[in-house]
Amino acid sequence: MGLFAANSRRPFGDGGARLPSVIDPMTSLSNAPTGQPAVTDVHAKVYGDVDHLQAPPVRAEIPAAKQLAWLRDMLLIREFEVRCMQAYQEKKIGGFCHVYIGQEAVAVGCTAAVRHEDPIVTAYRDHGHALARGMDPRHCMAEMFGRIGGCAKGKGGSMHMFDRANNLYGGHGIVGAQTPLGAGLAFACKYMDEVIDGGRNTRVALCFLGDGALNQGAFHEAMNLAGLFDIPVIYVVENNGYSMGTAIARGTTMAHSLVTKAAGYGIDGYVVDGMDVLGVYADMKRIADKCRETSRPAFVDMRTYRFKGHSMSDPRKYRTKEEEDVFEADDPIGRLERQMKASGALTDESFKAMQKSVREQVRECVAWSDASPVPGPEELLTDVFVEPWGPYPGSTQPEMNGGTPNMPGTKTIDVKEDLL
Amino acid sequence: MTAVREIEFRDALREAMSEEMRRDKRVFLLGEEVAQYNGAYKVSRGMLDEFGPRRIIDTPISESGFAGLAIGAAMMGLKPVVEFMSWSFSLVAADPILNNAPKMLYMSGGQFGCPVVFRGNDGAGGQLGSTHSWCVEGLYSNVPGVKIAIPSNPYDAKGLLKSSIRGDDPVFFLESERMLGNKGHVPEEEYVIPFGQAKVLREGTDCTVASWGRPVHFCMDAAEELAKQGISCEVIDLRTVRPLDIGTVVRSVRKTSTCVVVDQSWSFGSPGSELASQVHRHCFDDLDNYVHRVHTADVPTPYATNLEQDYLPNARRIAEAIRSATYNL
Repeated sequence: MGLFAANSRRPFGDGGARLPSVIDPMTSLSNAPTGQPAVTDVHAKVYGDVDHLQAPPVRAEIPAAKQLAWLRDMLLIREFEVRCMQAYQEKKIGGFCHVYIGQEAVAVGCTAAVRHEDPIVTAYRDHGHALARGMDPRHCMAEMFGRIGGCAKGKGGSMHMFDRANNLYGGHGIVGAQTPLGAGLAFACKYMDEVIDGGRNTRVALCFLGDGALNQGAFHEAMNLAGLFDIPVIYVVENNGYSMGTAIARGTTMAHSLVTKAAGYGIDGYVVDGMDVLGVYADMKRIADKCRETSRPAFVDMRTYRFKGHSMSDPRKYRTKEEEDVFEADDPIGRLERQMKASGALTDESFKAMQKSVREQVRECVAWSDASPVPGPEELLTDVFVEPWGPYPGSTQPEMNGGTPNMPGTKTIDVKEDLL
Repeated sequence: MTAVREIEFRDALREAMSEEMRRDKRVFLLGEEVAQYNGAYKVSRGMLDEFGPRRIIDTPISESGFAGLAIGAAMMGLKPVVEFMSWSFSLVAADPILNNAPKMLYMSGGQFGCPVVFRGNDGAGGQLGSTHSWCVEGLYSNVPGVKIAIPSNPYDAKGLLKSSIRGDDPVFFLESERMLGNKGHVPEEEYVIPFGQAKVLREGTDCTVASWGRPVHFCMDAAEELAKQGISCEVIDLRTVRPLDIGTVVRSVRKTSTCVVVDQSWSFGSPGSELASQVHRHCFDDLDNYVHRVHTADVPTPYATNLEQDYLPNARRIAEAIRSATYNL
């Protein structure tokens, strides 16, 4: 767990404010059984260095109620994703499906660290962000089932989760495509506050991307614009070590020090242990506060690990079982569970009860999605244009937003496309 | 009686943007050289002075970045106008303008629209060579979810651009470097021109000639020439290709029984081929000949003046097509 400013590698401010981790990876290194790979060796192999494990532990007062909520959020994402994989096997979910198992602490800690009004945009591994942001899991699951109750009426699918009420701007399927959009969201926040309302900017945008997106041109153009225009966007690189099956060092220069890329654009870069939700929250809170205060962008090398394959069809031949075991032994849910039990905020019984309630919630969510009708044939032509014309009847909000027409006062364009 | 006010095409574009920026603070302009340089083609001349750097924004040469930025801002409810110095440069922004802007409303199930206008020069500018002479309507009109305007004169340019900015959907607005200095009547009083309404520029009885953008002028030249030979052409300016006002064309063809479509993009899979196909469908029993088409030659744009002239639709080639369609060879 570490938080370092770009280049200088000095701790940020007073070093953050976090609870000490019960499991100290540096200690577990020396305790590694003979024949087993050392934790730090594995982390160094995946990320190029172990900076994220080396921040000095500090104390903080994160209320137990918050920690319990985050634990439940992570459990919900985990259970939801397990059910997704099952539904995919049952062919209830089609197309591409990318699950978030292992990375739960990132979405939960990051969304907790910003305000609800702060816009969020992410890539295609997006179920976790949607749930962490507050989307009802029923609408998320129904979307993947291709049902009308889905967040996009079944028109978007697994990779395209949108939630206007919760300020989630997608779910984007093309690697890196969301990075200029993230700059645009933050630009718009600032423009609205400063140009239209004449006040001071109050919002920041979170833009999540995978480590694979670092090699896309769109990302570099977005970083340049953000740095140039003082755009309050935080790029959170969910660095899980692999872009599909390609280890990061095989596809990315300076893989061991991604913050150097941010430095090239005059943007502060930080390394954060993405497997520790309390650390993610504490670090991201400070990064977001600074971004809000200075209106300067930030870049976070968020070190995490995807426990499952890239997608449903990935046999994970490109990495070893030993490597996976090291990460799974210290998974983000287990880590918080241990910390909370140690501090007395959680008991075996209360944890079991939480697991049970999450299982029931997700079971109900699958049943709800099964029962949701498929979109009617009229949905084929709606939502192509807001303004109705020719064959296009206009646009309506999904059920979860009330189902009302978009721009009901809009004039219809008088074009007769079909003269027969 | 007041004198008829004539202004340049570029002034008409600027008036449209400035008027809309005065009435709606959500509207802003960004692009390469739009602010301090006063516009690479002087379309935005003086706008920085009036609106300041927060609303007239110089970008680096980074089309993918600033096109995507504008789309993100539009999703939040702003109304960006993005100037591409040339639509040829939009190709490096293909992902945001084709994968994001037109699909966002649909993929989000109606939650996020993209009220953004992309505008700039389209088509051969004059010896710019192959990479800078794109007619992107051939590519982009294939994509559902965008509206495409290709005005031929200052009056239409102003009215359509105002309509584009006020609308709630993404618009590709295609201008021509070769027409920016063209003067035409633009009244002082405010007006907007709705999308999907073609204009009959010249009435005639023998042949319907349908076009949009710069080639409209060549069609008018050809019609003038052919009138001397007793061939009466009805020239229609479609003004927008999405929506496409097929009704006006069909009504005309049912009268003339012949049709020539003139499109400055390449012929294979183009707005011209689409229009011809629709005319064939709706006027199958009315036509005395197949719909003739005049396009740019099916080759990369040449540099040499004489080759470029032969490459583009011109009055001579259009007149030949009309004579052929009307059996006047």
